[in-house]
Amino acid sequence: MKHIEKLCVMGLLIAPAALWAQANPDVQTRLAAVEAAAKSAQSAGDNAWMLVSSALVLLMTGPGLALFYGGLVRRKNVLATMMQSFILMAVVTVIWAVVGYSLAFGGDGPILGDFRFALLNGVGAAPNADYAGTIPHQTFMIYQLMFAIITPALICGAFAERMKFSAMLLFMTLWMLLVYFPQAHMVWGKGGLLNAALGGKVPTFDFAGGTVVHITSGVSALICALYLGKRLGFPSDSMKPHNLVISFIGACLLWVGWFGFNAGSALAASGLASSAFVATHFGAAAAALGWVIAEWLHNGKPSVLGGISGCVAGLVAITPASGFVKPFPALLIGFLAGIVCFWMVAAVKQKFGYDDSLDAFGVHGIGGTLGALLTGVFATNAVNDSFKDSSGKLLSLGLVDGHAGQVVNQAIGAGIAWGLAIVGTLIILKICDVLIGVRVRKEQEIQGLDVSLHGEEGYIFES
Amino acid sequence: MKKIEAIIQPFKLDEVKEALKGIGIDGMTISEVRGHGRQKGHKEVYRGQEYNVDLLPKVKLEMVVSASRSEEVIKTLAVAARTGKIGDGKIFVYDVAEAIRIRNDDRGESAL
Repeated sequence: MKHIEKLCVMGLLIAPAALWAQANPDVQTRLAAVEAAAKSAQSAGDNAWMLVSSALVLLMTGPGLALFYGGLVRRKNVLATMMQSFILMAVVTVIWAVVGYSLAFGGDGPILGDFRFALLNGVGAAPNADYAGTIPHQTFMIYQLMFAIITPALICGAFAERMKFSAMLLFMTLWMLLVYFPQAHMVWGKGGLLNAALGGKVPTFDFAGGTVVHITSGVSALICALYLGKRLGFPSDSMKPHNLVISFIGACLLWVGWFGFNAGSALAASGLASSAFVATHFGAAAAALGWVIAEWLHNGKPSVLGGISGCVAGLVAITPASGFVKPFPALLIGFLAGIVCFWMVAAVKQKFGYDDSLDAFGVHGIGGTLGALLTGVFATNAVNDSFKDSSGKLLSLGLVDGHAGQVVNQAIGAGIAWGLAIVGTLIILKICDVLIGVRVRKEQEIQGLDVSLHGEEGYIFES
Repeated sequence: MKKIEAIIQPFKLDEVKEALKGIGIDGMTISEVRGHGRQKGHKEVYRGQEYNVDLLPKVKLEMVVSASRSEEVIKTLAVAARTGKIGDGKIFVYDVAEAIRIRNDDRGESAL
């Protein structure tokens, strides 16, 4: 990495100087001061980028996802749908502060963290060298929180327009504890089973959360859609998106916010961050084209909804790969994701007839899995040079580097995420169903959740 | 007195209003409605889910005029609203028993 090179150069300069400096205590003090200043400058740059990235990732949930999903439902459910995303910004934050951050990033167990950072104990300005040595521990904590917020919010697309608000709150709280924190720890936590950088038994590459965020949420979404059943009147009644304009704004905000999500995952304002930024953008662009072209050929018309769905599918698929692949493989990954996800929602979903209302599974579950596997194909040490053997030689990363076994590792990692999501979600849904019931009453569903659950309407034209 | 009810293409509304103003008719009630006659709807596809939209947006105009003027109004309206294509709409004419101006209790044609 670049700053390691810088340190080496510095070392070369410092070594002879140090001998001389021993005889000159004044120079030694000044050298120490220079070193401290260099460190502080790097920390300032990295921290600035990471705080901006944190804000960008929050922007993805509110307003990004809230608008995207809000526009896709019927008018009577727009507020209820936006509220689901929004309330998770609040609920997950509190869980994270109390215990979530610690369960995801405390300790070095293979499956789950411990309680050392519970109540944010010991999470302050001093960096946590295990994860990000140049930024305050607090910055790392708040950045990771934004991922924890958007992941459950993505699931809401599957049970839109028919789940009780109270049941959703209980479901999401349990889901964070049983599914998200273990999965995040396994992939990103020190000693986690799948952590490629910090001693995992099955090293998988997931730069920004293809497995942790998109596979877990997408697969859980499918389980929710199957468990709750179809919306009343599906598919015979019209369930057209009520406002594609706000969905469009939401999707474009997702695209922008995703730069924080992926490029921020470098955890520094580094060359790797630039590379991830480029890959992210290329993946989104190619996927928008892939979906639109497939749709144009299939239905005869290129739609706006197709374009924005495609860009989201591409962003999902490039997420695990973003810090590992070159720009042209990124284009290819995006293009494939656009076509495959279009085929999932336009053909496969229609064939099986399940009501994944806003296609959380088709886009996030499938796009995430595709991205995880293709990361194993296209990951290269020409992009990411942080993996070295004991002698300091760069390790081959993916199939393009000659390491075919990585594709198998990626499949195992994805398989574990699928399994955890399926089992965890089924258990939690059962608990919620027994305790409070997961689905609203028929008359509430017909009236719309805005009025029946929240006592308000999204659009009032008379006043 | 006759009530003239016309269902027309929404984009023809301004032209129709201008034409009626031209012959001295400036009282009317307008509503946005949906419907179809012989005109076929269109197909919309959202992520593979197809919907046939057969109820199309239309504008309904209602006005009451003296019986002697009704033929002139109908002709003017029809010419202004016509494109010659299917979907141009229809005009219905009814007899009106009474008209009352709420402000001052005027009755009959003087209330129009």
